[in-house]
Amino acid sequence: MHDNISAEERALLDKFLADNKMFLGPDPEIMRDHTVTPRSAAEEAVLKQGFDTHQAHHIRGLINAALSEAFTMVNQMGAAPGAKWGDLVTAIYTAEGNLAMIAPHGIITFAACAFYPIRFIIKNWVSDPTVGVKDGDGFIHNDARYGGVHNTDQSMMMPLYYKGELICWLSSTIHEGENGACEPGGLPAAAESKYDEGIKMSPFKVVENFQIKRDLVTFLQNSVRDPKLQLEDMKVKLHAVMRLRDRIIAILDQFGREALIATMRMHLEDTETEVRRRIRELPDGTTRVLQFMDSSLRENCMQKISVAITVKGDRMICDFRGTAPQFMNRSVNTNLASFKAALATGLLQNIWPDLPHTMAVLSPIEVITDPNSIIDAEGEMPQAMSLMPLFKACVAWTVPMAKFNYSLPRRYSAIIASQYDQAATFIYGGLTQHGDVTGNFCGDINGMGQGARSHADGEHSVSPVFGFMADSGEHEINEEDTPIIRLGAQRLAKDRVGFGKYRGGMGYEQIATARGSGMWGFMTGCEGSKFPSAQGLFGGYSCPAYQLLKIKGVNIFETLNRDPKAIEVFDILKLMNERPLAGGKYSSNDMGMTFELCDEGEIYMICQGSGGGYGDVLERDPALVMKDIEEDLLSADLAREIYKVVFDERTLVVDEDATRAMRDDYRRQRLQRGKPFDAFCKDWVTAEPPADLPYFGSWDDNRRIYAQNPAINLKVVMNADQLQGFYMPNPKDLQIASLEAQLAKAQAALEACQAAGR
Amino acid sequence: MKVLVTEYLRINLDTEKWECRRCGHEHGNARENYKHGLLVYDRDPREIHKPLLDTQLYERTYSPDPKWCRILEYYCASCGTMVEAEYLPPGHPPLHDIEFDIDALKLQWKDRKEVTEPSIAPDLALEKVKHGRALHAEMHHGHQH
Ligand SMILES: [Zn+2]
Repeated sequence: MHDNISAEERALLDKFLADNKMFLGPDPEIMRDHTVTPRSAAEEAVLKQGFDTHQAHHIRGLINAALSEAFTMVNQMGAAPGAKWGDLVTAIYTAEGNLAMIAPHGIITFAACAFYPIRFIIKNWVSDPTVGVKDGDGFIHNDARYGGVHNTDQSMMMPLYYKGELICWLSSTIHEGENGACEPGGLPAAAESKYDEGIKMSPFKVVENFQIKRDLVTFLQNSVRDPKLQLEDMKVKLHAVMRLRDRIIAILDQFGREALIATMRMHLEDTETEVRRRIRELPDGTTRVLQFMDSSLRENCMQKISVAITVKGDRMICDFRGTAPQFMNRSVNTNLASFKAALATGLLQNIWPDLPHTMAVLSPIEVITDPNSIIDAEGEMPQAMSLMPLFKACVAWTVPMAKFNYSLPRRYSAIIASQYDQAATFIYGGLTQHGDVTGNFCGDINGMGQGARSHADGEHSVSPVFGFMADSGEHEINEEDTPIIRLGAQRLAKDRVGFGKYRGGMGYEQIATARGSGMWGFMTGCEGSKFPSAQGLFGGYSCPAYQLLKIKGVNIFETLNRDPKAIEVFDILKLMNERPLAGGKYSSNDMGMTFELCDEGEIYMICQGSGGGYGDVLERDPALVMKDIEEDLLSADLAREIYKVVFDERTLVVDEDATRAMRDDYRRQRLQRGKPFDAFCKDWVTAEPPADLPYFGSWDDNRRIYAQNPAINLKVVMNADQLQGFYMPNPKDLQIASLEAQLAKAQAALEACQAAGR
Repeated sequence: MKVLVTEYLRINLDTEKWECRRCGHEHGNARENYKHGLLVYDRDPREIHKPLLDTQLYERTYSPDPKWCRILEYYCASCGTMVEAEYLPPGHPPLHDIEFDIDALKLQWKDRKEVTEPSIAPDLALEKVKHGRALHAEMHHGHQH
C-alpha cells in the first residue's frame, strides 16, 4: 500500500468515495455537532461593514412578528391535535443551517433538532444533480435519526432565495402523531427495531415551485393511518412557511440582505456571549445528580442517567458518562442530537427562560456521553419512545444548576425543583365513530405539575416539561372526533404530591372510556411506577409513584343507564378502593402499557404527576397545610403524619404551640435515628447492584457499566467506552415459561400422587 | 465571608467549613463532601409516599417499591433540619453532589458583597406560561365547535 498520495490524488479519491457512497445515512459529522458553525464568508463580509444594533433590534422584532404569524396559521389551521394545542414551531435558520430564531410561543425542541436535516440537505442535496436546491423547493422530514425528537414530528423546510442568493432557511414543525408505526399514535413502545417505527422520511424534496408533489404525498398517505391528516398538515405547514417567506422578503426589500444576515448572525453570537458570561458568574466546581428510569415500557428495569456539570471559568461541561447502555429491542433509546435538543429546551425552560430561544444557548456548552448509551444510541435500535430519556434531559438541569445558582447575588429566574417529567396522557387509536381510522394522543400531556419553588408552592398542571405552551385540549372537540369519553378530567390528584416546605404543583386525574367504535384502544408510555420520577430539591421529597388503573369487563354506559346515580363522582381512589362496579376486573398496573383494546364502557385511569417538593417538610407554614386541606388536595392524616401539624379537623384551626412541640420532638427523633454518614455508608453501600434488581448503568464507578437482568440470568460489566446494546426477552415469553413451569410442577405433583396410589 | 449554597447549607470562606444555615453548626471541611458531617437515615419510601390504594387488593398503590427505591434523609447533626432527601436504589453509593473549588470561590467573592438572604428572582418560566395561555385563549376566542 502507498501511504503517501498527492493532494491531487487524495482529492480525486475523496470525490470518488463521495460520489459512490452507497447510503446517505445519518452523518456523524452533522449529528454529533450541536454548535453554531463559524462565520461564513458572507457573514464575515457583512459584519466587516459594521453592525447597527438599533436596526438589528428592529429587524428582530419584525422576524418575531413574522414567525408568530406563521405559528398562528399552523395553530389555527393544523389538523393534528398537537397543532391545536400549540405543539409546533416555526423557525428561521442561517444559510449554513444555524437555528437563529423561533416563534416566541413555539416548541424550541423541534427547531433545536431541525437544523440537523437542514445541514444534511446543504451537505448532500445542494450539489447533487439529481436533487438540487432551488427557489420554490420544500423538503419534508420526520426521521429522528437525521435530527428530530421522534418520528411523530414532521417538518417542512424551505430555502429562501433573494436575488438568486440563498439567504436563509425557514421551517415549520408539528407533532403530527400518527406515522404508520406498529402501534397507532406514532409513539410505539412496542417497537423492537427501527423498522417497527413507521414511516421514515430522511430529508427529501416534496415541494417544487411552491407546490406539493401529489405523487409523493400519495405514497406518504399510504404509509400512515390518517391519510387526510397527512395531506392537510403538509399543506398547512407549506403555506405557513410561504407566508413567513413573504414577510422575510419584505424585510430584505426594506433593509437589504446585509442587515438580515448580520442580525441573525449577531443574534447567535450575542446569545453565546451571554451564556458564557452567565457561566462565568457561577462557582467553579462540579455538581451532580442521578436520574433513575424504572421501565423500558415493556418491563420494569432500572436505567441510570448520570449527570455531572462542571464549571471552570466560562466553560461548562455536562458529563453523562456512567449512563445505562442502549437497548437493542426497546424503544426508550435516544440519539445524541435529540438528547442535546432536549437539553437546550430544559436549559431555557428551567434555568434561563429569558435567553433567546436559539441553538446558541447550548452551543457553548460541552456535552460528554458514552457512545451506545441509552442517551447516545446508534444503529438498528428503536427510539420511538425517546421521550423517556428526553424528558429526563429537560429536567436534568434543575437540581445541579440550583446548586450552582443558589449563591448568586442576582439570579435570572426562580430556583425550582424538578417538574413532573412523564408523558402522562392517553395515546389512542382505532376506528372512530365516523368510521375513520386514526391514532394520536391527548392534550393532557401538557399539564405536568411544576416543581416547588424556593419561595412558593409549585403551580398545578402548569405546562409540558418541554415547552411553555399550556393548553390541554378541549374534551368536547375530542369527543366529537374520537370515541373517547372522559368520565373524569382535570380533577387534581389528591395526596399525590411532592411534599416539602413548599410542595410541588399537582397533576390531574384522567379517566377515560370509549363508546361507539367497533375497535378502539389505548396505550400509555410513562415511567415512575416503582421509582418516583420528579425529584425534590434541598430536602424536599420527590413525587410519589404513579399507576395505571383499569376496570375491565364492565360497561359504564349500561350501568349509568340503569342507575344514573351508580357513581356520583369519578375519583380514581374511590373507584379502586370501593369497587362500585360489580363484576368488574380491577387492576393496578405499571404506567407503561403497550396498545390494548378497550371494549365499550371499560375504564382506564391515569394522572398527571406532581413536581418535586422544596425544603424540609417541618418548615411548611401550617397555614399552607390547612389551605391544601381546604382545597381538598391533602388528607388530614397526611397533614399530621408528614407535616406534623396539630389542628382541629372540623375548623382547620391550627394549634401553633402543639405544632411547634410536635415538630421539635420530631427533629429530636431524627437526631436519634440518623447515623453519622461514614458509619451509615459502611452498612448501606454494596459493591454491586442488588442481584434481584434488573439494573442498567454504573454503580460506584462511572467507568464500569452494569447490565443485569435476573429474568434471563444476564450479568455483564463493561467498560463505559466500550458499551454494547442489550436485548430484552419478550415479557410474554417469560410469562409463558413461568406458567409452563407451574404447570409442570403441578403435573409432577399429580403424578407423584398417582404413583403413591391415592 | 459566607456563601449561601443551598436552602440549608453555606460555606464559610474564612474557616473553609460547611455550615448549617439554620443553626450555624459546622458540618466539616468545605473542600470535602458536606454529607460527611450529616446524619443519615434509610427511609422506607412507603412511610412518606403512603399507599393510597388498598394494599390488600393491589400490589401497586402509588407508593414507590421499597426493593427498588429508598430515601436517604440527611439531617443536620445539631438541629435536625432535613438538608437533603436522596432517592436511590438499595445499596447505591450516595452522590457527592456539590464539589466546589474553594480557592476559585474565594477569588470570585473577593469583590462581591456578602449575601445573607438569598435573592429572589421572578419565576420567568411561569410568566411565559401565563402569557402563552392568555395568547391561546385570545386566539381561540369564539372558536367554532
Ligand atoms: Zn442545623
